[in-house]
Amino acid sequence: MGKIFAVVLVIVALVSAYPIIVNKYAMPEDISTHGHMIDDQLHETMWEAGLSFIGAQLVLAFFVWSFTNRKVGSPLKSFPGGARVMVIAAIVLVGTEILALGVVGQKAWATVYFTAPKPDALQIQSQAGQFAFYFRYPGADGKFGAIHPDKIDEGNQNYFGLDPANEVEARDDIVSGELVIPANREVQLLMHAKDVGHSFYVRELRIQQDFVPGLDLAVHFTATKVGKYEIVCTQLCGLGHYNMKAYLNVMSPEDYDKWMKAQEAAQ
Amino acid sequence: MSSASTVNSHAVTLPASSRPLASTVVAATSADRASRSGIWLGLFTITMSFAAFTSALFVREGTTDWGHIVLPSILYFNTFLLLCSSGTIEISRRYLSGGRLIDTQESRKGSVWLLFTLALGLAFCVGQYMAWQQLRAQGLYLATNPNSSFFYVLTFMHVLHLLAGIAVLAYLTGRVLASHSTFRRSLFDNAAIYWHFLGILWVYLFALCLMKL
Amino acid sequence: MQETSAQQGHVHAPPEGFIRKHVFSLDHKVIGKQYYALALVAVFVGMFLSWLMRIHLVWPNAKIPGLELLSKVGAPGGVMTPEYYLSLLTMHGTLMVFFVLTNAPFAAFGNYFLPIQIGAEDMAFPRFNMMSFWTTFLAFVVLIMAFFIPDGPPIAGWTSYSPLMAVGKDAGPGMQWGASLWGISIAIFCIASLLGSLNFIATTLDLRAKGMTLMRMPISTWAWFITSCISLLAFAVLLPACILLILDRHAGTSFFIPAGLVISDKLQPHSGGSPLLWQHLFWFFGHPEVYIAILPAMGIVSHILINSMRKPLLSAKVVIYSMMSIGFLSYMVWGHHMFVSGMNPMSSLAFSFPTLTITIPATIMTLIWLGSLYGADIQINSASLFALGFISMFVSGGVSGFFLAQPSIDIYLHGTYFVVGHFHMVMGVAALFGVFAGTYFWFPKMSGRMMNDSWGKLHFLITFIGTYCIFMPFHYLGLVGNVRRYSSFVDDFMGPDLMNLHRFITISALITGAAQFIFLFNLIYSRFKGAMAPDNPWNATTLEWSMPSPPPWNNFGDRHPIVYHDPYQYGVKGSKGDFVMQDSPEQAIASGD
Repeated sequence: MGKIFAVVLVIVALVSAYPIIVNKYAMPEDISTHGHMIDDQLHETMWEAGLSFIGAQLVLAFFVWSFTNRKVGSPLKSFPGGARVMVIAAIVLVGTEILALGVVGQKAWATVYFTAPKPDALQIQSQAGQFAFYFRYPGADGKFGAIHPDKIDEGNQNYFGLDPANEVEARDDIVSGELVIPANREVQLLMHAKDVGHSFYVRELRIQQDFVPGLDLAVHFTATKVGKYEIVCTQLCGLGHYNMKAYLNVMSPEDYDKWMKAQEAAQ
Repeated sequence: MSSASTVNSHAVTLPASSRPLASTVVAATSADRASRSGIWLGLFTITMSFAAFTSALFVREGTTDWGHIVLPSILYFNTFLLLCSSGTIEISRRYLSGGRLIDTQESRKGSVWLLFTLALGLAFCVGQYMAWQQLRAQGLYLATNPNSSFFYVLTFMHVLHLLAGIAVLAYLTGRVLASHSTFRRSLFDNAAIYWHFLGILWVYLFALCLMKL
Repeated sequence: MQETSAQQGHVHAPPEGFIRKHVFSLDHKVIGKQYYALALVAVFVGMFLSWLMRIHLVWPNAKIPGLELLSKVGAPGGVMTPEYYLSLLTMHGTLMVFFVLTNAPFAAFGNYFLPIQIGAEDMAFPRFNMMSFWTTFLAFVVLIMAFFIPDGPPIAGWTSYSPLMAVGKDAGPGMQWGASLWGISIAIFCIASLLGSLNFIATTLDLRAKGMTLMRMPISTWAWFITSCISLLAFAVLLPACILLILDRHAGTSFFIPAGLVISDKLQPHSGGSPLLWQHLFWFFGHPEVYIAILPAMGIVSHILINSMRKPLLSAKVVIYSMMSIGFLSYMVWGHHMFVSGMNPMSSLAFSFPTLTITIPATIMTLIWLGSLYGADIQINSASLFALGFISMFVSGGVSGFFLAQPSIDIYLHGTYFVVGHFHMVMGVAALFGVFAGTYFWFPKMSGRMMNDSWGKLHFLITFIGTYCIFMPFHYLGLVGNVRRYSSFVDDFMGPDLMNLHRFITISALITGAAQFIFLFNLIYSRFKGAMAPDNPWNATTLEWSMPSPPPWNNFGDRHPIVYHDPYQYGVKGSKGDFVMQDSPEQAIASGD
């Protein structure tokens, strides 16, 4: 049975690693300027984690294979070097990995969170509510009207609780169910939660950020590839959570301007 | 040795003849040591809980709606009562244990001080209840603002712990007053430690509430 | 010397009557078995829920006969609604984390064997011990009640993020009374765990037999001891958090609920609370909780491995120190659950570093286990197979943690099935492998009968392969970006490839789950019909094997064991074979050949 287990273990380890090695379940193509750093780090981690995984499983299988059903009278042996070797190996190997990944690899994190968006970044506000996203553009005046939660009225499509009757800034705000952005221009997304926690996740954009009620956050990114991508909610938000999604529509700058003109005209 | 061996070594027999008590010289048993560890661990746990409440308070205090409350002045009096009760339980403990020889007169004195402690503890609870009434009279309820929320939660949790202490003290008083009964000295010592702790905890909470008006 | 016998007198008198013996028993062994039985019920309920969830995911319109009896609203006509999926998800997580992974490896085995392994007659506070079990039982009943109230169990997941959890019935089905029952149940559970941990620590510190120095304690005892230290701190923080949550829900306070929320078209009457505060308090408990589940399993597995290898570990001390450092570090890493939660990005880096650092003691332990296998004389039986399987599982679940510990990778993987795969493997299945190993190993002592080894091996083989079939694909799904906690997949990217993978997982889960009935049957059958167990069936060295199987109510009878050796004197020449027991005065002679 020991030998059966060893064989099973080898098979299980290799079969587990196979889809990763042949990249059968690939990450969707990255369309952001920062995403390659996340991907690189993930691949580097995959190498190190993968080798540790295969190595440890094979060693375990080999030892189980070799040291079961011992012949009577053959002496017990001890691993040369003993515990000291193990401790040093773990500290040196893992320590190097931590330094390599943890310290050097924080660049991607820094790009997303520690660099301020450029001053000319396009500001768009996103509001997440049960179970839809809405997006708001400031309009010609470049200013967002204030949000009044008591004025939110989905029946009359006042999703943000705007008060255009009394506030000038709110009058030209453009509200959309789709996040339309121009390619190759930095976007700063201001995130507002209407009710409970939600999250903004676009796989291709390599961006995921929670909406926290009572705490308006912002992320910034630059999309590089024209196309339509799915925005999904990744924070459990209630019964319709699975169905809470919207689209990110990356357009060429010309198309984006046309779209924006059409929206303004429709106001 | 024969006379001493009839006495359970970690128990005090009351009222007893004036014979010297063996337990004053015998080292603590492992059960006594365990209950001592137990009480300190319990205090550690309670401290952690209140530390969690405190950190929640500090996070919450940073928001705009913190609100003002005027702490009822009876709290100063209550503080005085609770600190006095720490003194009385200590006096009582000195009479009932603490390495002295025990005779009936001393044990009687001890039980009187124990009753004082119990009364002071109950008075503190009543005082806290009156403080809550005064706050309500100001229109400050649990949900009025976070400041009042924390005040009610912290004081209520403290009183809850104090009531547990009062229950133990009441039990001990009963044992002391009943003739020919025994109780474990370690239990009394631990109850006293717990009681002092609640006094210190209250001073801390009171200071916290004062700081965060 | 009457006095000494008075001093060392029994902690409690022999129990009489059915109730005192089996229900409200003060005996740590009975309480340990009660915890085990409770965990067994919880694990089968939890597993059944996971079956329902997996079936719903891949066959959303499947009619499950009888399900409508559980909930008319949640499963009209036996077809589950998407909301009910979330109810089951919440209950699955809560049952498994609290009532299985905390109870089985820690409370059940710890209660039974910690006092015995240190040569004590019972726990330090038997009454507290009984209370802590019955309080846990009460918590379980309160939680299960959520199934039977009209609006069903809550839908906020086992992490119960606020404001979804805190606002009440506007947040969705199950969020009125179901969510309150959840909060009350967990608060009660905290009290029970605090009582239990306090008892474990005091017992370990003060009731050790003569000669049982701290470093002579078996590794399993060390693990329970370290776990109880962690648990004392963790549950002391969760309890206040639950109290504040309940107040937010029922007393109108705003600890976790901010102003201006419009839920179900209603402006909520709250202001200023902080949803992140709940997350911080919850994960300050939640991350150490992972180690509350896994450390006892590590201890149990080390204990069993040494016995099966017939030689000591390369260094037991290093394993103990590693467990201590894991316990210590576990309090500095809770923020790694919150990388994308809106917490200050600087603190993400601060939390990432200790998280990665935990890998070092974990790797040290793994290498010690592997290195110790070299040159051993491995005895293969159900217990040792599960112990070896644990190492494999721990490695698999551990390496995926390396991804999630890095905030930048977490931007992509957070909230995907990768996380599900990771924690199920390292916290769920690895800990359960420890429990299985412990069960096969200690069952003879606990019941006086042997378990069937062939059935055990079959159970192991199916469970081991099945576990990989279930949880490895979760990692692939996560890498593609498949989001967790969805009750149906309406995403564009869910191609046939991914749906097939999901179907494969569901079928594996059904088969692996079914294999657990082999275990259940083995357990029940062997309890009554198994071969009678000798006192020391595994030729083991520690104190639990120096007493009859099953042990008498007062453990060592009138004997006060004296400990002469380190716990693991294997591979030596002793009078009974290649081992010397801890309480045997004979000198261990190294077998020098």
